[in-house]
Amino acid sequence: MNDAVDAVTGTVTVAYAAVGSDFWSLMFVLLLATFVGLGVILRVSRLLHTPLMSLTNAIAAIAVVGAIVVAGDQEIPDGIRAMGAVALFASMTNIVSGFLITNRMLKMFKQTRTDGAKK
Amino acid sequence: MIGSLVQFAYLIASGLFIYALFCMNDPKTARNGVTAGVAAMTFAVISTWASVALGEEMQVIQHLWIIVPIVLGFAVGIPLSQVPLTAVPQRTALSHAFGGMAAGLVGAAEFYHWIGSDPGQLTSFKTGALMAEVLLGFLTMTGSLMAAAKLQEIKWIPQRPVTYPFQNVVNILLFLSAVALGLLLIIDPIHAPWYAFPMVIALSLAFGILMIIPIGGADMPTVIAILNSYAGLAAVAMGFVLDNKLLIVAGALDGSSGLILAIIMCRAMNRSFTNVLFGAFGQVQVSKAADGADQKEYKEESMEGASQVLDQANLVVIVPGYGMAVAQAQHRVRELYDQLKRRGITVKFAIHPVAGRMPGHMNVLLAEADIPYEDLVEMDEINPEMPQCDVALVIGANDVVNPAARFDKTTPIYGMPIIEADKARTIYAIKRSRNPGFAGIDNELYFNDKTFMLFGDAKNVVGNLAKQLAESG
Repeated sequence: MNDAVDAVTGTVTVAYAAVGSDFWSLMFVLLLATFVGLGVILRVSRLLHTPLMSLTNAIAAIAVVGAIVVAGDQEIPDGIRAMGAVALFASMTNIVSGFLITNRMLKMFKQTRTDGAKK
Repeated sequence: MIGSLVQFAYLIASGLFIYALFCMNDPKTARNGVTAGVAAMTFAVISTWASVALGEEMQVIQHLWIIVPIVLGFAVGIPLSQVPLTAVPQRTALSHAFGGMAAGLVGAAEFYHWIGSDPGQLTSFKTGALMAEVLLGFLTMTGSLMAAAKLQEIKWIPQRPVTYPFQNVVNILLFLSAVALGLLLIIDPIHAPWYAFPMVIALSLAFGILMIIPIGGADMPTVIAILNSYAGLAAVAMGFVLDNKLLIVAGALDGSSGLILAIIMCRAMNRSFTNVLFGAFGQVQVSKAADGADQKEYKEESMEGASQVLDQANLVVIVPGYGMAVAQAQHRVRELYDQLKRRGITVKFAIHPVAGRMPGHMNVLLAEADIPYEDLVEMDEINPEMPQCDVALVIGANDVVNPAARFDKTTPIYGMPIIEADKARTIYAIKRSRNPGFAGIDNELYFNDKTFMLFGDAKNVVGNLAKQLAESG
């Protein structure tokens, strides 16, 4: 019984330590980034919602950062690193295809016809 | 030292990501956004790589484990970026699946790494963030795969919504049990049963599938946007786990983008999130449609007749829909557009926000066909002009022009804002078959006195019209 109480209080103490300044600064970053995101996205031209989605796709592949850390660290057992390597592959695919296809689509948006309307 | 440099690189990358999205407010500057995004991502990857290689902890790093997946990522990513534009919704859904999978796998890897070597890392707060990351990551993965399969129309995946009794109860119970197991792990990650964590993953994977099967094709724009948002939130959770502010910023940008797109889509259908996610749209009212169908008759028009009327028009409004995408008719539409323009006729495209299978789908297809974006007009701007419109040409659009949305309270699309094609002087509707549309609802517009049907494949019909016009003038 005492062990259990110790375990719980121990967890609470650790949790308290963890929810220190780090946690709060991360929360501030999240709050501000969300509002910046909402503000910026609301101004995006409706014409470009499909390219917007593929661009944010590529941006969300920032998970690549976490994948590199896991995949590259030799102290981590191979089985676990394999998960990181697959994650790295998946993120990299999203980055490459996301940016390329966004660029491909955006190239097509022209204000006026360039090749004349004679065809 | 290297730590500060990495933080500095992350700071710049965060700024560039925000700038990238900022550039998207105008098609003229949008491509700068791609450049900024690529630069930001390069900074992030190189600085992270350098930090694990040169970090203070002097970890031994195996570069091969990083290089091989990156090369493979390029090998798969480049072909994936070359898909035809009609397949962009599937590609987008697939990349959400990849994003979700990456987040989920990194979460799982961190969990097992820490529990094996450094359980002190698994504080309640970090474990909580980890659970959120794994849950969101894996449910986004299977959910998006289902969405992609539905969009690709893979045979053994049902296109129509799949429903069964107590579906929502089952789904919610499934989700809650995943959350409960997650809580167990948060309270005591070390002594929780070994199967708790794999169960969380399994339940998330199952929930992702069950969440999507009751959703029909017409709701895909909203669903893709919601999944986009989830993928971003998974990255945010990963940022909390790894104490990484760049992940939080990029994830929050993605999350808010998906949220806004989803809200726009929901408004354009006059529906709520809960209604889209739990409403099983599209399997309703089939019996009613069947009752009414045999009494009503379509009026058909010949190509010659239609092209003569088009020839005499001053203002033609083309309303494209998913049917245009399916038939790949956008290039024929451009030919028709050219023919009409040559006669000095004003041609505008009326774009409903949910036309197609993802936000902005029609715009991209028409841009591909080299139609200037100035002639692509949003619903709210075109509707006041519809009474002056001589011909409304509906190409493969259905629910978005159905006037029943205005008055018929029994129809599931009641209250949905529509493009008021019925106010035009003459309406031509191109339709593949005589069956009701995707949502299974009869379209009042087709039985309007002023409406004439042009049955056939959109590509052929529009091509024929363009040819008729070319020959006559």
